[in-house]
Amino acid sequence: MTYVDAPSTERPPAAARRRWTGARIAGLILLALWALLGLSIVYMLVVGYDPEKIAKYGPRILNGIWVTLHLVVLSILLGALISIPVAIGRLSHNPIIGGIAFGYSYFFRGTPLLAQTFLVYYGAGQFTDVLKAAGLWMFFRDAYFCAVLTFSLNTAAYQAEILAGAIRSVPSGQWQAADSLGLRPFITMRKIILPQALITALRPYGNEVILMIKASAIASIITVLDLMGQTRYAFSKTYDLQIYIWAAVIYLVTVEVLRRLWEMMERRLTRHLRR
Amino acid sequence: MELLSFGDSGWGDELARGVLVTVTLALATLPLGLLIGFLIAVAKNSTEPLLRNAAHVYTTIFRGLPELLTLFLIYYGGQMALSALWRLLFGYAFEVNSYLAGMIALALVFSSYASEVFLSAFRGITPGQYEGAYALGLSRSRTMLLVILPQLIRLALPGLSNLWLNLLKDTSLVSVIGLTDLLRNTNIAVGVTKQAFFFFFVACSLYLVMSIISSFGLRRVSAWAERGQGSR
Repeated sequence: MTYVDAPSTERPPAAARRRWTGARIAGLILLALWALLGLSIVYMLVVGYDPEKIAKYGPRILNGIWVTLHLVVLSILLGALISIPVAIGRLSHNPIIGGIAFGYSYFFRGTPLLAQTFLVYYGAGQFTDVLKAAGLWMFFRDAYFCAVLTFSLNTAAYQAEILAGAIRSVPSGQWQAADSLGLRPFITMRKIILPQALITALRPYGNEVILMIKASAIASIITVLDLMGQTRYAFSKTYDLQIYIWAAVIYLVTVEVLRRLWEMMERRLTRHLRR
Repeated sequence: MELLSFGDSGWGDELARGVLVTVTLALATLPLGLLIGFLIAVAKNSTEPLLRNAAHVYTTIFRGLPELLTLFLIYYGGQMALSALWRLLFGYAFEVNSYLAGMIALALVFSSYASEVFLSAFRGITPGQYEGAYALGLSRSRTMLLVILPQLIRLALPGLSNLWLNLLKDTSLVSVIGLTDLLRNTNIAVGVTKQAFFFFFVACSLYLVMSIISSFGLRRVSAWAERGQGSR
């Protein structure tokens, strides 16, 4: 049993002071560790600053950023195009069409992107004669095109799920109301369902873009010289860990900026929904 | 089909061994990732802003980096740091195990996503649960263990199931640092037999089978987690 003093009635209670709780100390230590890590990375980059290396590999890295950017943009756009029929299939009541769309989506979402990339890039090599005869060998010989193809097919599966899920999330009353107004299904879809569905899909789409930027690093494994590829090349020449740190900073900044921009856009587009 | 037979002539046993490495790597990463993820989520849920910020830095970093880059940073960075340390202490170089490097890198990625899942699960638990537990005289740790955690598992399970499937796929990246997982052994098989499309298709199918089996397992786990919810 502990004995507690009756609170004094004369003095006002002392203003609540921030005490050194365990959580506070832990937070301080962890933040200090992060700061230490950040400082040591900055120190490493400053001390290891080598104008020769920058002159030699800087332009390559910049070129790599450019390759990563158009690889991602192209894949996302092509994927969006492919995702439309897949999403229609996913929403279809026809078991055959629905089954095919489900199989497509299940295959591309259930297997690693790296394995898919190998399947397309190296797998095409097994059919060299057929592809040459079809005039497609120029396409499949190039690692960049293979990466774009694989990434598009892969992100199409994810985007189809996002789109189909968003369309399903629109209440069926919207369909019925449009129907009773005599609107054709296509018009209903375009003017009533999609505008509402795309608002729901905004956040998942943003996540998908970010996942795609990160996943694009995989292209470097099949010799595409994107940001990661150029980084790996420079590392193999210099064995200098700095180069990976630079790449990490570039990826982090890109992803973080994009995330913030997307958040701002989402806030702007959903301002009519806020209460 | 002969290519897939077991023994000297076929590649069945190599692929099977690869599957084993892939599965054990994912299973070994899971508890580590869950534990770190849970701790990070608790930190993010804290009333202390310093702790919250420290936890958010963690997620920002490991969710923002490509998994492949995290893996390389851990593998080569760990190699360099530990080698320097070992040479200082014992006078010889140190070889970083690619299995361990893969496990740590995957756990970092997994835990940063898991912490977000746990955090939103925390938000799904009403304050009344804590108040009720405190009113019964339970200590903070016992409240967490006996009252909050069982509900947290139920709320977090759908998100964690997705993360598990992602983890299973992400293990394929360790083939790049030389770990003989399913994809690496497939690559070796392709190098010898030149049957690229066939072998990579088999590898993809094996990954699919693993995720189908996982889905069944996860459904059982989710049924177990929902056992107190009654039929709806």
